[in-house]
Amino acid sequence: MSSEWPLWEIFIRGQHGLNHRHVGSLHAPDAEMAIRNARDVYTRRNEGVSIWVVRSNDITASSPSEKGPLYDPSNSKVYRHPTFYDIPDEVGHM
Amino acid sequence: MPSLPDMTTPNLDALAGQALAQGGHAQVPAPDAGQPQFVEFLQRMGDNCLILGHRVSEWCGHSPALEEDIALANQALDLIGQCQLWLGLAGEVEGRGRDADALAYLRDAGAFRNLLLVELPNGDFGVTLMRQFLFDAFHIEMLRALRTSADPRVAEIAAKAEKEVAYHLERSADLVIRLGDGTDESHRRMQAALAKLWPYTGEMFLDDAVDQAMADAGVAPLPSALKAAWDRTVASVLDEATLALPADGWHHKGGKNGIHTEHLGYILAQMQFLQRAYPGAKW
Repeated sequence: MSSEWPLWEIFIRGQHGLNHRHVGSLHAPDAEMAIRNARDVYTRRNEGVSIWVVRSNDITASSPSEKGPLYDPSNSKVYRHPTFYDIPDEVGHM
Repeated sequence: MPSLPDMTTPNLDALAGQALAQGGHAQVPAPDAGQPQFVEFLQRMGDNCLILGHRVSEWCGHSPALEEDIALANQALDLIGQCQLWLGLAGEVEGRGRDADALAYLRDAGAFRNLLLVELPNGDFGVTLMRQFLFDAFHIEMLRALRTSADPRVAEIAAKAEKEVAYHLERSADLVIRLGDGTDESHRRMQAALAKLWPYTGEMFLDDAVDQAMADAGVAPLPSALKAAWDRTVASVLDEATLALPADGWHHKGGKNGIHTEHLGYILAQMQFLQRAYPGAKW
């Protein structure tokens, strides 16, 4: 039965004003029920204040086989990390 | 894991004694003593939640989809939580040292005050959902009215429960509409569920001396006063669900006064077994 329902990716924004975070996926016949199911499956312990649902099919993902060309080139570019600055003490933790 | 006393060791008498000692904290003041009708009313509220919560919990691990399974389990837990509040207050008002657990686990069927509707077997998913919808539509009206109860403790419980029940109703109404207005098979099952359950809906709106006393005291509404709003909700949802409203006819009654169907005994046998076999067991 549930295999006939499309898969939805669930994003929840927590209590502290952070971004919506991917928390998992579930099946539902439409967006409205996906939200309702997400409420029941993923916010049982007071985890969130806002829910986004997206059809899994609507997400375009990068291909794992292109991992090398996509990500490896940035390995050798340490100058892209802001680690060469002295941070004044009064700035505190960044 | 629960650590249970070994049934083969002969210390059950001692355990029973402990249970009595723990249950019998009679030093608690009883400011509400002498209000048997209030206790009766609170038990009706609590028992509806307890028995329906137990019924819904029976789906745990058996629902047609994982998402439904969790949703139903949540709902069962909401209801058991509400039951704890109502029965806790019932015990407090009664003033005989019985807490919510004692009322839930140590009363026999004849002392239960729930509506017959909520003790009916789950049947198929259609029956479960239809029963939930018919009860939710009543429950929400009752809780809304109780928010202005003359007893602040009642108003407080109602305010908390109302939020949960508003979601229960939203969900059950939506599913009744989806399945009623779904496939031929789902429509047929929902209509059959409605026909089966309809004769059990009348009891929700019957007034008796207890209800009258509660209404006179401003504690609770007369059940009959909730019927017009219930009728409106049910008519509009069933209409959208393309389900035909059954003709009004003869209605079952008795649950509010402790006269139950044979099904309640089986529920209690399962629900109460542990406390009956191992009195006072905790984990």
